[in-house]
Amino acid sequence: MKVVFSGISKTFGGNRVLDDVHLSVREGEFVCLLGPSGCGKSTLLNIVGGFLQPSEGEVTIDGERVTGPDPRRIFVFQERGVFPWLTVEENIGFGLFRQSDAEKRERIAHYVQLVGLKGFEEAYPRELSGGMKQRLEVARALAVNPDVLYLDEPFGALDSITRLQMRRELLRIWQAEKKTILFVTHDIEESVQLADRVVVLSARPGRIRRVLDVAIPHPRDLSDPRYIALRDEIFGEIGLAHQV
Amino acid sequence: MRHFLPLTGILLFLLFWHVLVATSPGTLVPSPLQAILGIVELAEKGLLVRYIVASLFRVTWGYLAALLIAVPAGVLLGLWRRGEVAINPILQLLRPISPLAWIPIAILWFGVGDLAAVFLIFLASVLPLTLTTVNAVHNIEGVHLAAGRNFGLTTRELVRSVIVPAILPQLIVGMRITVGIAWLVVVAAEMIAVNSGLGFLIVDARNAGNRYDLVVAGMILIGAIGVLLDLLMRALERLPGVRWGYAAE
Repeated sequence: MKVVFSGISKTFGGNRVLDDVHLSVREGEFVCLLGPSGCGKSTLLNIVGGFLQPSEGEVTIDGERVTGPDPRRIFVFQERGVFPWLTVEENIGFGLFRQSDAEKRERIAHYVQLVGLKGFEEAYPRELSGGMKQRLEVARALAVNPDVLYLDEPFGALDSITRLQMRRELLRIWQAEKKTILFVTHDIEESVQLADRVVVLSARPGRIRRVLDVAIPHPRDLSDPRYIALRDEIFGEIGLAHQV
Repeated sequence: MRHFLPLTGILLFLLFWHVLVATSPGTLVPSPLQAILGIVELAEKGLLVRYIVASLFRVTWGYLAALLIAVPAGVLLGLWRRGEVAINPILQLLRPISPLAWIPIAILWFGVGDLAAVFLIFLASVLPLTLTTVNAVHNIEGVHLAAGRNFGLTTRELVRSVIVPAILPQLIVGMRITVGIAWLVVVAAEMIAVNSGLGFLIVDARNAGNRYDLVVAGMILIGAIGVLLDLLMRALERLPGVRWGYAAE
């Protein structure tokens, strides 16, 4: 097992936001943490990312206890995370300060290409669209060759068309680069489109309600009955009728 | 065309000034022409460049010394919450004291001379620069600091690669305002603590024979150089690495 959460609880000033979370993630797996707003799913991601300490329990990665952020696992924020004072190239190269210049150039070129930002190498983030900034941040994360990516509602601020395109892009990159991905979202459809497994969290305090396998090969057909059945099952699990 | 209205404004002002002086019975102030001739006279005597250089020299050293202290101190206090809470009351208490109130102490410590004037510029600049830096550090996006730490930066690297570039836009605005303050203070300091510079020119011209044309010439020079200093600082705001910090153009 790549990432193991053992009995994670988190309390903020008497408020329990996470309660006894146990979860194991396989190497190369794409796992979505799904839950309503305020269920502690972002807190959980921040704990595995090393930015927060759990009140109880521990997270291990490759058998090693997580005590702080680590460049082998990169956290991708909503597109706000790119550095506005650096160009596209400089952003992607940000984490490569220990590499030689030649290697740095090569990796920057590779990831510029991979995320489709060719021609924008010299542009600053303010000249890019939201989707481009998001891809830039993913490229910056991938450039340091991490083995795990944490994504915290990365597409939440994008319009719905861009969001769909970004999901396809992310899957393509995931398949090309074979990373383990932990992806936080409150969007049920998004989780079923992307994940190998969907972890459904309850409202606060967040507990794992269910873990569903999504055994549908990519690319997933959104009218596939298996897709619809899973989606509706999660809607039911969260207590929503699939009607507007 | 961009300069048409501002130039018209200046010409109308000079005309108004001229007419006012010409039609008034006593002598209010010298006419614009007399003031300009005053500047020419200063140039011929070699005082123009000497005084300007003297004033700029004091501002430069006092201001640079302040930057050198204020930016590191501001970054430290901005990151170190407890230190800031401890030191903030002192900063707030010092803030309302005009730098000019320090003139007697500056003279006591450094005597009458350049050093006293430079010290006053330093005092006038160091506080606003420190407070600007502290504020700018507080305004850094948490995600930027988190990203920096995630990529394994040491504290030193974090300061250089994230904190400094993140505070730069706000710092430049603070620097621009502070240069303005420093320029106000140098003129005042030169009236008391030294015998050269544009501030000295103004008191000296009055004391030595009521040369009000030179007084007004000095005032015009002070204004013009102040504008140039401001333009110089504004140019910094157009650097590619800081433009993100200002409203979209």
